[in-house]
Amino acid sequence: MISRANRSPLAEWWWTVDRVLLGLVVLLLLTGLVLSFAASPPVAERIGLAPMHFVLRHAIYVPLAAAVMIGCSFLTHRQVRRTALIMLFAGLILMVLVLFIGAEIKGSRRWLSIAGFSLQPSEFVKPAFIIITAWLFAEGTQRPEVPGRLLAVVLLLIVTALLIAEPDLGQTILVFAVWGALFFLAGVSPIVVAGLAVASIAGLFMAYRMYPHVAVRIDRFLDPASGDTYQVDTALKSFQRGGWSGAGPGEGVMKRVLPDSHTDFVFAVVAEEFGIVLCLILVLIFAVIVMRGLMLAFRRKNTFERLAIAGLVTQIGVQAFINIGVNLQLLPAKGMTLPFISYGGSALLAAAVTVGFLLALSRQSADQRVTVMPRAAATGQT
Amino acid sequence: MRPPMRPPMRPTTAGPVPHPAPQFCPNSSAEQTWRYPHAGKRGVSGALAARAERQGRWRVAFAMAGFGLLYAALATRLVLLGVSGDGGAAQRSSPADLAAAARPDIVDRNGEILATDIKTASLYGEPRRIIDADEATELLSSVLPDIDTERVRRQLATDAGFVWLRREITRREQQAIHRLGIPGIGFIAENRRFYPGGETASHILGHVNVDNQGIAGIEKHIDTLGLADLHQAGFALERGLEPVRLSLDLRVQHALHDELNKALERYKAIAAIGVVMDVRTGEVVGMSSLPDYNPNNPVEALDRDRLNRATVGVFEMGSTFKTFTTAMALDSGQINLQDTFDATQPLRVASFTIDDFHGKRRWLSVPEIYIYSSNIGTARMAMAVGIEGQKAFLEKLGLLSTLRTELPETGAPIPPAKWSKLSSATVSFGHGISVSPLQTAAAAAALVNGGHFIPPTFLPRSQAKAAALARRVVRQETSRKMRDLMRLNVLKGTGRRAAVEGYRVGGKTGTAEKVVNGRYSSSKRFNTFLAAFPMDDPRYLVLVIIDEPKSEKKGQSATAGRNAAPTLAAVVRRIAPMLGVEPRLTDPDEPATTLAAMR
Repeated sequence: MISRANRSPLAEWWWTVDRVLLGLVVLLLLTGLVLSFAASPPVAERIGLAPMHFVLRHAIYVPLAAAVMIGCSFLTHRQVRRTALIMLFAGLILMVLVLFIGAEIKGSRRWLSIAGFSLQPSEFVKPAFIIITAWLFAEGTQRPEVPGRLLAVVLLLIVTALLIAEPDLGQTILVFAVWGALFFLAGVSPIVVAGLAVASIAGLFMAYRMYPHVAVRIDRFLDPASGDTYQVDTALKSFQRGGWSGAGPGEGVMKRVLPDSHTDFVFAVVAEEFGIVLCLILVLIFAVIVMRGLMLAFRRKNTFERLAIAGLVTQIGVQAFINIGVNLQLLPAKGMTLPFISYGGSALLAAAVTVGFLLALSRQSADQRVTVMPRAAATGQT
Repeated sequence: MRPPMRPPMRPTTAGPVPHPAPQFCPNSSAEQTWRYPHAGKRGVSGALAARAERQGRWRVAFAMAGFGLLYAALATRLVLLGVSGDGGAAQRSSPADLAAAARPDIVDRNGEILATDIKTASLYGEPRRIIDADEATELLSSVLPDIDTERVRRQLATDAGFVWLRREITRREQQAIHRLGIPGIGFIAENRRFYPGGETASHILGHVNVDNQGIAGIEKHIDTLGLADLHQAGFALERGLEPVRLSLDLRVQHALHDELNKALERYKAIAAIGVVMDVRTGEVVGMSSLPDYNPNNPVEALDRDRLNRATVGVFEMGSTFKTFTTAMALDSGQINLQDTFDATQPLRVASFTIDDFHGKRRWLSVPEIYIYSSNIGTARMAMAVGIEGQKAFLEKLGLLSTLRTELPETGAPIPPAKWSKLSSATVSFGHGISVSPLQTAAAAAALVNGGHFIPPTFLPRSQAKAAALARRVVRQETSRKMRDLMRLNVLKGTGRRAAVEGYRVGGKTGTAEKVVNGRYSSSKRFNTFLAAFPMDDPRYLVLVIIDEPKSEKKGQSATAGRNAAPTLAAVVRRIAPMLGVEPRLTDPDEPATTLAAMR
């Protein structure tokens, strides 16, 4: 155990970082690795790779992700902002590039192939985008001469435009939802927030009209008889087959026919092999992460910190909710990975960066303690 | 060093700002953090900051509540799924559980076996326990020379727990393999379905898959009755299941099958269909559709040409339909047997011309229209009743809706897309509407049995039960007239070759031209004969269909009277004695009333 008296950077970090959050995320990463054994071999076999292809890669990504996460959590707030700014610019440039030289997979250009590894720039843009947006909102609130809100809107438009161009509607919705949450948390008047909500519903409606495949998915969700709902039906069957305690590790059969069982539908594979009880535990872990994160944000006085923490945790929470919701047929089918669990190098590393930033910003700093003290005095004096 | 003061977080009217607000200090050495310039001395702006902060925090709490609801929804859904599922226990199965389970025997109405189980053994391997896959494969192929050695070697070389090597091997093979003593190779006793009759009743019985699950015909029906559930629960592995008795009479079925086969050959037809039905109970006593397949080896079952035409196929039945139109006209009360219709010249309907095959070119009475098979006269009768009346009547006879029996295979009828005057006229003589043969037989049975429609069945049914299901569709009087007309047609009309001495057959021919590339072809015909016997008190309805017969002699046209009618006679000649119908050497029932109506 590290002594409290120890003043080395590591000891500082250990005593100031949120160990509960850290522990839960590491737990999820390890769970993802174990579940990868169940979920990815059938996919690898189906596309003609060695059965353990995805498992091995996952096993490389997990320690890498853990290292990135812990590394990021050492950053000071200023470093976080700078890193985010660099990531945002680099990511946006790559997202423009991906439109021209990206590999087209299943009808969209999202991946860049670099030295044998494919990189999804939009994944890394997400945490950077949240940090910068939070900063812009915070600045906009506190320094009227800085057009923070306007810049935040511009940034949102740039990012969503690039995402729609790929097209990647799932990420678009996610980015928009997180931005909306930040907008709300930044203390904007409820009327404006309501206006934004109306605008986003209009946006969804436009997506419904403009993208036939979106319309089809929503139609099928609302009326399952209207078309082929193979994917979600198969996913739901996994839950029924698994029951409370699951069919047992390796006993799953739906995963052999379930498309994307190692990414978007990993939750259904978990249900079949390990049962609904484990699913409930996973949902609980995500809920605790979200609640814990928001609680950390709640305690913050500094607007930027509060917004950034809340934004990052919202991203994780919304993403997990959409993924699980689709698996459970509560939402229309939408490809989205389950943070920390699903296979995918970019997604895993980006999620690690997200949590790393979150941990860095939520560290109990001396500065925060300073801000806590005078508040009591303030109430006392006035 | 400190930058100049900044205004408070929010513009406010609360008054001057005497105290410094929290300030943002971009400092090269220190981090960018919020500090209060004079800690401990705070005023209005501090309170404002605190309020803004409280507000911001309140919104974070709001977000927490929102997330709480979302995740609660996920958990609720999971719990509901868990509760609705059966815990997965019943669904879990290993390959061994799937081993073909026992099925009940299927017997005909007299107890003759139509389908039964035979115990066989199936060969499996446990690759994990195999010591030398190559040796094992070598040894196995010495007994089973046709085995795919490459595949077996690959299967046995894996680390799997269980693989099927060969399902349903013979006892001799089993013993030979047993004597080889290969570790990790074993047998599971299985039940194999066997149909002693082969093709005879194939379309009715259906068949099973390699796991002894019914996948067609009565076999599938049995599974839907709950046998599948029994299998699932692990019961029904041993014998002792109550046999399933059908309404079928194996002797009749054989005679029908045999005669149709002969007809198929004699007239070089592409298909032949036959139905024998008890008009009093709706029981199907025999039903055959050729070409068929052998259910013991059902590889041919999926051949498009071998489908069950009797229930799945829908056809334009041709002049046979005049029976329904005539019954409709008589039953409407508007038309009597003595009424005459103008058949002097072709009838023009909506720029189409309807003409007769055996044109008499004079006014014809109703019996004449029927026995000369006049299209013009029948169309005129249908016009007299009207489109709505015609639709209602056909609906009543079940000719416009899909017929449901125990057989899962059934075809939906194809009525005219739009009932125009023209389609009404063509439907009256069986064109422009397609129905299944079994459907036609059931409708016709209602016209001769006293006027009750009884849904057909393949399971035994008592007369009392049939009476409970029966639905009156025509008056008793109409039914009596129809019998006379049908009998008359065999005595004097197009159906003369269907006569069987002593058994008083009555019926109607139908020679429909088949549609080839959207046009009616004059060389390809669909010939039917719809009959019942004995006509003085009908017991059985027989429908025989010959698809695309060729004429036996040059210059002779292959009409139904020349092929379907003699085939029907051959069938009746064989089955009537089996069915206990009393032959009468003198026919007392020359239908005097109808004869009187003829010129």
